[in-house]
Amino acid sequence: MTTTMTVARPTMGSEMSLIARTLIALLARDLRVIRREFGSFIIRLIMQPLLFVFVFAYVLPKIGAGLGGAPSGAAAATGLTFSTILVPGLIAVSVNFQGVQAVALPLVRDFSYSKEIEDRVLAPVPVWVVGLGKILSGALQAIFAAFIVLPIVVSVHAPGQAPQLQPNWLAFVVVLIFASTLMSSLGLLLGTVIDPNKINLLFSVVILPITFLGCVYYPWAALGTIPWLQALVCLNPLVYVSEGLRWALTPQLGHMPVWAVSLALVGGSIVFTLLSLRTFTRRVVT
Amino acid sequence: MTSAIRTIDLHKTYSSAAGDVHAVNGITLEVQEGEFFGLLGPNGAGKSTAIGMLTTRIIPTKGEAYVGGIDVVKHPAQAKRQLGVVTQTNTLDRSLTVAENLEFHGRFFGLSVRESKVLARELLERFQLDDRADSMASDLSGGMAQRLMIARALAHRPYVLFLDEPTSGIDPQSRINLWEMLRDLHKDGQSILLTTHYMEEADELCERVAIIDDGRVLADDSPAELKRAIGADTVITVTFDADASRIVHEVEAAAGVRRVEHDGASLRVFSTAPAGLLGRIVSLGTAAGLQVRDATSMLPSLETVFLTLTGREYRE
Repeated sequence: MTTTMTVARPTMGSEMSLIARTLIALLARDLRVIRREFGSFIIRLIMQPLLFVFVFAYVLPKIGAGLGGAPSGAAAATGLTFSTILVPGLIAVSVNFQGVQAVALPLVRDFSYSKEIEDRVLAPVPVWVVGLGKILSGALQAIFAAFIVLPIVVSVHAPGQAPQLQPNWLAFVVVLIFASTLMSSLGLLLGTVIDPNKINLLFSVVILPITFLGCVYYPWAALGTIPWLQALVCLNPLVYVSEGLRWALTPQLGHMPVWAVSLALVGGSIVFTLLSLRTFTRRVVT
Repeated sequence: MTSAIRTIDLHKTYSSAAGDVHAVNGITLEVQEGEFFGLLGPNGAGKSTAIGMLTTRIIPTKGEAYVGGIDVVKHPAQAKRQLGVVTQTNTLDRSLTVAENLEFHGRFFGLSVRESKVLARELLERFQLDDRADSMASDLSGGMAQRLMIARALAHRPYVLFLDEPTSGIDPQSRINLWEMLRDLHKDGQSILLTTHYMEEADELCERVAIIDDGRVLADDSPAELKRAIGADTVITVTFDADASRIVHEVEAAAGVRRVEHDGASLRVFSTAPAGLLGRIVSLGTAAGLQVRDATSMLPSLETVFLTLTGREYRE
């Protein structure tokens, strides 16, 4: 080769520190944008869970509608309120919503018309670093969402319908960390494989079935009466988030075995992260 | 001396149901440090694919590519330090302000918060964007957005500045401003590679032009040399009020005329020494009782060169 190097090849250490600095800059950029639109960010976060607990834990018990008033199985036997079932479920939905949508939607927009990502993928680091930045940012937003939603779903209810929590906060935080990573890496995966023209289907084909069949409004154990469904929903990542949060917040209600939840949350986070970084890189570098 | 850009037999083949498409079909180029180089060709000639490979976004099917001496295929992360890219579409971060776009670019390249703020301020001043520092990037006009994209592309002091079709779709005034800015950058020693499908743009700006079509380089030289080598002429077209056949022989005999095409009332005169020729043709016509209706003079252009090389009309 007749040409010569004009810059020294960076050492392993300096390469790692550059990756770290770029990652921090990517997170700082997202934080700056969230701070600027904080009002709409919060509204987006709390509206769904707030309306849900308002209707199901306040309005329905008040007007004497039976729904939720008499949960089946273990819950009914122990006299637990429907709101007790809802607390971990609705936090799980928020983690899912924030993790998946916060990553997938901007990405689809990026790849189709805004092309804002072009500048970031030209940073002097491997392309997967930019994808990892997206996962971390989505996960942090999902964790934040959980802490915002928790007090709302705990405090909104009709008299006598208070949720009965027996929280293990350490377990709560650990479950949240993996649940958020799982959901935001799923978001990156969806954002990189979905055809931008079909983004409207994301809600009806992915988000809705995941939510309604995610053991949000009923514990997994209660599905024992519908064995085929109980088996089928095991494919749904949200089930493990809901059940993990039940273990952390309402263990008296019964939950999926901890080993199964841990395996799914930890294993799923790793698999989806690796897989989504791969699809992201392939989408960016052709 | 390090070449700014070097490619060796670069290929990119896309497989599709209809068969393989050779978007880039063996391009070998060398751009010198400080050179203003143009890739000229019609849409679909392979320019964007070539620039995509040089800027690490497209992996070549075959061949080698170096920017500032760094192998872009083997060491893309390091190569990205060497290149600044201005794409065809607006890729500014529309959720950030003008200043923040520059600051975060600096931070993506490893600068500290303070360093990147200083850098942003310098660039805003240099590119006359300081009064818009706190505007949202989404509020900029097309010309200003492009200026910001150029400022951002130069922020990390790249070895080569790549501009992909920078003047397609911008207004004439912005185009003139852009040309001026690019000339200044070139004067300061910046190596620049520009792709364009505008003949006059390549002619106006570039020291050297590679004409590409169907993924291949057809010619690679200075615009003047390309025109000379092809023997392109100035073309003077004069339209009279009546059939001009009676003066064809006299015009052919005039000094500097190489060839005359006659079409009814119009004469198309090809000349290598066109000085004063138009006046001469007009007075020949007047002497023969013809009135001039219209007259144009077209200097030799890369368009004529393209026509000669490919044997077909240039399609923009």
